[in-house]
Amino acid sequence: MDPRLNIIAHRLENVDRLIAVSGGKGGIGKSSVASTLALCLSKKNYRVGLLDLDFYGPSCHLILGIKGVYPEEERGILPPQVYGIKFMSIVYYAKENPLTVRGIDISNSIIELLAITRWEELDFLIIDMPPGIGDTTLDVIRLLKGVEFLVITTPSKVVLETVKKTLEMLKEAHVPILGVIENMKLNNSSWTRQEIETFDVKYLGEIGFDRSFEDFVGDRNKLLKSSFVEDINKLIPNLD
Amino acid sequence: MHEWALAEGVIDTTVKVSREKKLKEISRVVITLGELQQIDEEIFKFALREIIKPTSIFKKTEFKFEKEKAVLRCKVCTTEWEFGDMLCGLDDVEVESIHFIPEMSHIYMKCPGCGSRDFEIVKGRGVWIASIEGME
Ligand SMILES: Nc1ncnc2c1ncn2[C@@H]1O[C@H](COP(=O)(O)OP(=O)(O)OP(=O)(O)O)[C@@H](O)[C@H]1O
Ligand SMILES: [Mg+2]
Ligand SMILES: [Zn+2]
Repeated sequence: MDPRLNIIAHRLENVDRLIAVSGGKGGIGKSSVASTLALCLSKKNYRVGLLDLDFYGPSCHLILGIKGVYPEEERGILPPQVYGIKFMSIVYYAKENPLTVRGIDISNSIIELLAITRWEELDFLIIDMPPGIGDTTLDVIRLLKGVEFLVITTPSKVVLETVKKTLEMLKEAHVPILGVIENMKLNNSSWTRQEIETFDVKYLGEIGFDRSFEDFVGDRNKLLKSSFVEDINKLIPNLD
Repeated sequence: MHEWALAEGVIDTTVKVSREKKLKEISRVVITLGELQQIDEEIFKFALREIIKPTSIFKKTEFKFEKEKAVLRCKVCTTEWEFGDMLCGLDDVEVESIHFIPEMSHIYMKCPGCGSRDFEIVKGRGVWIASIEGME
């Protein structure tokens, strides 16, 4: 018997909302939205955790400029609090190295992290998901009872095709879908919104393509003044 | 002392099993400690004893530990090796990362046969409950 599986629910019992930022497709802004959303919620004085579950390409620490911190060992591990966010990522253990592992190892690592991390009381735990709907998505659905999915798409037809598969998969598994955010919006076409609404899923709003995004990657203060943050703040009331 | 978190997992699982099987007393729990995770048995025992204090079903429980060597097998050339043979080549930080997440061994170890990191952890990964015995 695996002693870790049972304890996961206890580790999360004082977390009010678990939100997995997903989408299926790669490079659509999942990590940017997850990190920035955590930052914006913490600015609004919510108690926020951010869990980067992209073990092949962890990014949240880069976007928020988090470095030089490490969890404390205390009857498990306590995630360090940075900018008011309790932050947990595989980078603490993998450092900058590539992680050459298969699905079973990803699954075991996720279980281990969830079993030993003490989040304590949180209003939101934001989870940055990797691309795809494989191991990590299945484990999040299996292990995190009550998790809600926040799905990201872009105005691309190619992206939407995969996003639709993600939505379908989540619906079939009866996993709550908070809604879809359209990221990297370049014009005011309503095509994506219409497509999403035919799926009977809430269109939460859009985030414009921000040409200066690269300038504020890793710099929280610049990020907070960006149009990206402005757009995210507009979406937050729709998450209820 | 992250052993504590895993010890909580053992106790929690045992309590769950005792409820399912309607056990009033737990006589023995056999715990396998896989070498890869390098759990400190003394710390683990201490944590177990502290955690069970308020729970009556554990009054007479014996916790038995069985150590299991960690065996790894390369997916590319099928070479098998033991973690113990490689431990001396690892520094403290690497050992600690593997202690927290045993899968980090893929970063800090390679197949001694062909140098690949594509290997599987055949056995001896971490903490496992081998058996739970008790009385109704
Ligand atoms: N609204 C936006 N405007 C401009 N650039 C953006 C926007 N959103 C994201 N980006 C950029 O797009 C790239 C991909 O973003 P991000 O890493 O957040 O995507 P992802 O979906 O998490 O990718 P992966 O699937 O690899 O995890 C990054 O370079 C990011 O800076
Ligand atoms: Mg990402
Ligand atoms: Zn080999």
